[in-house]
Formats: sequence, C-alpha cells, structure tokens
Amino acid sequence: MSSTATSPAPEQAQPLLSLRGLEKRFSLSGDFLEQLKFKGGKLVREQEHVHAINGVDLDIQRGEALCVVGESGCGKSTVARTVMGLITPTAGEIRYDGERIDDRTTKELLPYRRRMQMIFQNPYASLNPRMTIQQTLEEPIRLHHPDWSPQRVKDQVAEVMTSVGIAPDWGARYGHEFSGGQRQRIAIARALAVDPEFIVADEPISALDVSIQAQVLNLLMEAQQQRNLTYLFITHDLAVVEHFGTRVAVMYLGRVCEVAPTATLFATPRHPYTQALMSAIPRLEDDRPQHIRLQGEVPTPVNLPSGCVFHGRCPHANERCRVEVPTLIATDEGGQVACHGVEEGRI
Amino acid sequence: MSLLDVSNLDVRFALRRGDVKALRDVCFSLDRGERLGIVGESGAGKSVAAFSLLNLIAKPGYIAGGSIRFDGQELIGMSDRGLRKIRGHRISMIFQDPMMTLNPVLTIGEQMVECLKAHRRIGTRDARAISLRKLEQVQIPSPEARLDQYPHELSGGMRQRVIIAIALLLDPDIIIADEPTTALDVTIQAEIMALLLELCEEQNVGLILITHDLGVVSQVTQRMLVMYAGRVIEQGPTREIINDPQHPYTQGLINALPQMATPGSRLNQIPGSMPSLNNLPSGCAFHPRCGFVTRPDGSTRQACHDEVPGFVTSGNCQAACHMVAEMIERERIPAEEQD
Repeated sequence: MSSTATSPAPEQAQPLLSLRGLEKRFSLSGDFLEQLKFKGGKLVREQEHVHAINGVDLDIQRGEALCVVGESGCGKSTVARTVMGLITPTAGEIRYDGERIDDRTTKELLPYRRRMQMIFQNPYASLNPRMTIQQTLEEPIRLHHPDWSPQRVKDQVAEVMTSVGIAPDWGARYGHEFSGGQRQRIAIARALAVDPEFIVADEPISALDVSIQAQVLNLLMEAQQQRNLTYLFITHDLAVVEHFGTRVAVMYLGRVCEVAPTATLFATPRHPYTQALMSAIPRLEDDRPQHIRLQGEVPTPVNLPSGCVFHGRCPHANERCRVEVPTLIATDEGGQVACHGVEEGRI
Repeated sequence: MSLLDVSNLDVRFALRRGDVKALRDVCFSLDRGERLGIVGESGAGKSVAAFSLLNLIAKPGYIAGGSIRFDGQELIGMSDRGLRKIRGHRISMIFQDPMMTLNPVLTIGEQMVECLKAHRRIGTRDARAISLRKLEQVQIPSPEARLDQYPHELSGGMRQRVIIAIALLLDPDIIIADEPTTALDVTIQAEIMALLLELCEEQNVGLILITHDLGVVSQVTQRMLVMYAGRVIEQGPTREIINDPQHPYTQGLINALPQMATPGSRLNQIPGSMPSLNNLPSGCAFHPRCGFVTRPDGSTRQACHDEVPGFVTSGNCQAACHMVAEMIERERIPAEEQD
C-alpha cells in the first residue's frame, strides 16, 4: 500500500480511484431538539449513529472490474454512493486520478462527474417516467457538453442507443413502455452517453430475470472492452463476481475483510467470513450443501462490536479478536486480509 | 395414486380487454414426502400455479378448468368451509416476504395460538406448549421469550424461521413455499433452506418449492417442473434435468448462469425476453427466442410456428418441444428397422 506514495510513476502505480480511511455515519437521532433527553433530572444530549462504513481502504486500478460483495447492511452501496459524491463521507478521503474529490463543491465536481457515471439497481425507479428515452439520454450530454450542436447531441444519443441494443427510433417512447431488461439497457446507455472512464454499478442485474441477467452482463463486459472502462461493481451474487470481476473486496459491517484477485479469492478464501460466504452459494453440482454455519446473525451497525467486527460469529475468535481491530495485511497469494487469525497463522 | 394430483389446470384473469390465460394445461403430481421444485422466470406462472392449489387466486383471476385432487378429494369447486379445513392445516404455505406475512400487531405467540385454535379444539395453554415445541424445532434461540415478542423485534432470517414454525404447526402433509429465501441474504438463505429440507425429511412432509434459483432447486428437490409463459415445458427428476436438459429453454436457462461459463468470457444468453401473456406467439410460445426452429440442415420446422407442442418422454423426463419429439422419432425408426 505504501508503494502508492512514490510519485511520477507509470499508469499501474497510480490508481484511478483510491479510498483512504473512508467513514460514514448516519444519525438516527433526528435534529438537535429531538436529541435532548431527561436523564436523572438533567437535560442531556444523546446521539445514536448507524456506522455504515468504518475505515475502508481500497484502490481501483485503471481497466479493472473491482467487485464489492457482502450481505445487506454491510455498507457496500454506501461505498458506491460516497465514491460518486452522492453522500458526503464523515471522515477519510477519496482520490480520483490523484486528485482529492471528497471536499469539492458541486460545481468543482462537474468535470469529474463526466468521467464517472453510475448505474442503479432498479431500472423501474432510475428512469424519469415523465421523460422520453431521447430526453433522458440527451440530458447528461447537454449538461456536460453545452457547446455541442443539437445534431451532434442526437448523433451521440443514436450511437449510444445502438451500442446497448436499443433501436434509436424508439427514442420517442417513455420508460414504462420497456421491459425491465430494456430499461436497464437504457440506464446503461445513459451512463455511457458522456463517454465516462469509470462506472459505478450498484447491483445492476439483481432486479432482472436469469436469462436477462446474462444479456446485461454481456453488455457490460462488451462496453468495458470497447470503451476501456473501469468498474466498481457492487453485488451480493458471488457467481456473478466470479465471472465478471478481476478483483474482489469482501465487506462485513462496514469494513473490508478481504481483497484479492478473483481467481485467488475463489480458490483460497482466507478470511473466515469469506469462507462462510463462499460455502453458502447454492451450486448446481453438489446434491447436499456443505456450508459453514455461522453462529447468530449480523449485529446491528448501531452498536458496533469491539475489536474485529466479525468476532461474535467467528469460529476462530480469541481474546485478541475481541479487543484489537485487525488491519489489512498482504497475503502470500497476492491479496489482503484483515484477520488476526490469518496473521498469526492460526487459520 | 399420488397425494396431490393436478391435471389440465387452467387459470385466467378476466380483464376488460379479455381473458389473460395465466396457466394453461398444467399437470403435475406430488407423492407423500416428495419435494418438487417449480422453476421459471417472473411471469411464467409459477406463483399462480401454487396459489391456485388452495384457491388463493384473487379476483379478477379464476380457475377456468382442470382438476386438483388432494388425498382423494377434489379441491376445485369445494366450499370455502371445506377448503378452510385443508388450508393451513393439511396444506400450508410459506410466502416470499417475511416482513409482510406476520401480523405486526400480534405477538408471535398470539399468532401461533390463533392458528391452532382455528383448526383444533384446544386450550390456550396447550396451544402455547405446541407453539413452543415448534419454535424449538426451527432452532430459534430462547424460544420462550420469542412467543411474547412482536415481529418487528426479530430479524428477517428469524422471522422466516417463525413462519416455517407456523407452517409446521398443524403437521401438514404438504408445504408450499413461494420463493421462501429470495428476500434473505446468501448465508441466511443457506441456513433456512437446510432447515426446511431437514424438517421436511424428518417429518415426511411434501414440499412444493417455487423459485427462480436453479442452484436452490438442485440442492433441495427431487423432481422439478420448468414453466414458461403459463405452461409446463419440462418436468422430471431434478438431477437429470440439471445435468441433461432437453427443452431448449431449460438448456438456455442453465447455460446462462455465470458459473457455466469460463470467467471473463461471454455468457450464453437467451435472446429476447418472455412474451406478455396477452400477446403470445403462435405455436410454441418459445419459438421466437429458440435457436432450434431451424434444423441443422437449414430447413424450418414449421410445427414450432403452428402447433402447441405436447409432452414427449425422453428417459425419465418429459419435454414439450417439437425438436425433442423429432429427435426421439428419428432414434426410434432406425432401431425398429434393425429389428
């Protein structure tokens, strides 16, 4: 990780996006007056927070598809939204192509917004129902290229519609006239319309049927090859990760517990949580699932466990895990894992 | 005779512009203690098939024909009174969303006792004792305390366990589970499926599992049906269908899974999408998306465009496909000539 500090380096060394110590807390307590409570005859101010992400360090290199996996509530979508600037982080920094972007104003962010685009989960909610497809796709181009002639804008829309497999003469239709798969294609077209280099996709296929999922995944992979895109791909589906991702980050309760190249992670998962997650995938081959049963359920992110956030459910936890927060350490296989057990050679 | 026999089931939805045929000619059966999977994409009719078994189809839907025989009784046309004796008692249901199924203003215990009292003459104290035993069976930690908790105090996985306990409350013969784990996370899903499987085996309860997840079906069920546009298009032993699917749609569905392709390569997608039920293509509903309408020699199989395919038997499986029928026919003729 320290290698990123060496400056005028070749493309490989400078990550396209890097997150350092990223944290986001959401207040549960409402405004100032609602936080005031009477306790033992005194007026005290009490605040409760959801700790959505707690110190995430991640680097994304140009041209790769980094997948973030984890169960609901682990903070993977919050990471995606924070990267896009839709949520301001509580602490930590986000660097895009070497420049810090998390402390900029909306206006200063505009040139970055052209270079990074987002695809959302639900294509039924992400398209404005009162705009035609043509209007939906023209809007981002007009915003980022105010100097373009109307004809040039139209050409760009036609080009991007063709590339996602939607006939350009359907532009006059509204979102509700399309099926879920087609809508997701349109949402992808909107992201591609301004020729971005980096795309954040938050569960882009989980609302779709199996046969349509394959179509959309193929489209995303084609777009990556043709346009040399970099992806931050958020998903809970490990089968998709194995197919699509070049690297995988596994998150649990707002922390990254393991990062590794996809093949490595699937061959030799090191973190006990990753191992349990892998064993839970329903496979076609084996008749009887031999999954690792975890004790209990994911704790609430309101009161985080001390030490390693996973210790309460981990079969290998000891005293050190209950007290000390593990940090990411490099493994022999080329990944990073945050686990005292792996560090000590117990697991 | 099987415990449950469904034949030629026909379900329609009466809309202003005419009837939409949600299910056509659906036949299947279930033996005591057998586990059957119903697979298909959204709109294929798998939930309608399950709901119609207990006449839970809401208006404007209605059962237009066919027969559902359960333990020798005909369920279609049975009085509400008669159906209530079966519903929740001998056939119980688990729904998709554990947040929606439980009554938020009643404690877990009240809901379980209510269910027992509706079907049996039983005192509250005994009913609570039975409820407690069922909660223990579904491995809920501190079951006694849970009886007096409200649904919102439990997590999603815990709620689905409570729902399984309620489904098992009256020792049913069949449980119909409609996407029971879709709303849950992978690790919780694995635990709930393992639990359901274990309990069904232990108590010899039949299971009809409706899902879109081929992985879950392959691990839990013994036989499966594949549905497309309101029809069953393939059925047979789960292992055999997963390993050697006959119908082009089933083949496409299995081959489209990311785990069937080498990482990073193109996935084998099925072109197009499922037709809408009020505008079905002629002949085989799958023919506009099917790669086998044109024979290997380049000629078109006209039957795919014109005729609705009937079932042909291939090994232990049945598939409704003209291409499969033709292949079986071709294999049989040389064999007869040799004799």
